[in-house]
Amino acid sequence: MSQSAVIDIRDVSKQYTVKNEVLPVLERLSLTINPGEFLSIVGASGCGKSTLLRLLVGLDSEYQGEIQVGGQRLIGTSLDRGIVFQEHRLFPWLTIEQNVGLGLENSPWSSDKKKQAIKEHIELVGLTGFETAYPHQLSGGMAQRAAIARGLVNQPSILLLDEPFGALDALTRSRLQGELQTIWQREKITMILVTHDVDEAVYLGDRVVVMQPRPGRIRKTVNIDVPHPRDRSDPTLKALTEEVRAEILQVSPVN
Amino acid sequence: MSAAAASLTSPRLRRGLVVPLLALVAWQVITHYKLANVHLLASPSAVLKSFVVQVKEGELFSQLLASLRRDLSGFLLGAFAGLLLGSAMGVWRIADRLFGPSFDAAKQVAVFAWIPLISVWFGTGESAKIVFIALAAFYPVVVNAYQGIRGVSREHVEVARAFRFSRLQTFKKVVLPAALPSIFSGLHLALIYAWLGTLGAEYLLAPAPGIGNLMIDGRESLAMDKVLLGVLLAGLVGFSLNALAARAEAYFLRWRVRNA
Repeated sequence: MSQSAVIDIRDVSKQYTVKNEVLPVLERLSLTINPGEFLSIVGASGCGKSTLLRLLVGLDSEYQGEIQVGGQRLIGTSLDRGIVFQEHRLFPWLTIEQNVGLGLENSPWSSDKKKQAIKEHIELVGLTGFETAYPHQLSGGMAQRAAIARGLVNQPSILLLDEPFGALDALTRSRLQGELQTIWQREKITMILVTHDVDEAVYLGDRVVVMQPRPGRIRKTVNIDVPHPRDRSDPTLKALTEEVRAEILQVSPVN
Repeated sequence: MSAAAASLTSPRLRRGLVVPLLALVAWQVITHYKLANVHLLASPSAVLKSFVVQVKEGELFSQLLASLRRDLSGFLLGAFAGLLLGSAMGVWRIADRLFGPSFDAAKQVAVFAWIPLISVWFGTGESAKIVFIALAAFYPVVVNAYQGIRGVSREHVEVARAFRFSRLQTFKKVVLPAALPSIFSGLHLALIYAWLGTLGAEYLLAPAPGIGNLMIDGRESLAMDKVLLGVLLAGLVGFSLNALAARAEAYFLRWRVRNA
């Protein structure tokens, strides 16, 4: 796939109309994401972070402003931007390797190369041995690993993650966070993670964008200058986590 | 142990056999002690004898074959047409708007109410029977194909969009497999309705070889053994078709969560 590209979000606004009432979701949001960066977007529910991610995937194109990837206006979805949703969204009628292979359905690669890529990515997420299992036979954590493999299999330069570990238990979640960090370091691609988990956002992100709701906008961007791989008990990391948490709590004292 | 053998010895089947066996015993007792008019209720042994005679004469087999052929032709015709209309309505909004209301209105009419029209348009011969059976099979297939396709989850379609599937790819790889359980339910129902329709058609349209005919013959000559044999055969065929459909469904949809 192509070289990682800069993502440029300029003055993006979006609103929903509910019963003739206009509901602003995003207001004049601007953000530049550098190639190879791990960017976390964190905020309370309703701050528009998932909406922003959907715009970046290209699943939603109704917005004002401009989103550019590598200097070109983003139109529709692209095989260069992989996506991992909160729910694994595996197809229950396909085996794990077939599900991972979905990402290569429209790839120009030879079938040998596709097979190789599927095998490698199943290995990458630690699911070797489960190639022919069906999704209902996997645990939530394993299914989400398969979804990550599916998002990465065609080697996109950008991986978008929409609260990918939100539905998992705490133990599985922290293990997968560690694995995601390893994968990111290995693949050297841009990753944009949307989450409401402050620890997760800070642990993984080079930068953490804190969003505030009604209407959704950026409140603060915090640089996390701690080298990867990170140790959760790192005092700098802990201090930054508290800083980000405080920002969010100030925004929504009621919730 | 083969799967079939396993299912025969399963407690579920053994319990399921209790009532039919008891009924058989009661039936034999009633007829043996002449508790009912034997002209109106033939004994099991008489039915069995009739069965043996009919098999020997080769008549039973040809009657059964005629019914099954009719049943299958009608089923295939109705299921095919039903899949076409149901999918079209599920996939294209315009087809839904055009045909949906008419279909909903038409399905309120009991299939048997179509018989006068069918006999005017198609006569009372074989083609009329097949059209009638097809109609019985048609409705459940349309309804289930339509619902299955409309019920495909938006989340899965989004995955397809993220991977830039074409409309055809999305239909083949996402919509169709997602709708398959529902489509199978429709076909399964259609198989049962088609068999019911087969007997209805044989009864209500012109006589021709078939299980229905066997029963009409029996009734007219007051040969209750023949009539009862027909009833039993109709039930057994229906039961077998149902079991066959369930097997096929379990095989093709083996990816589904087993909630046994």
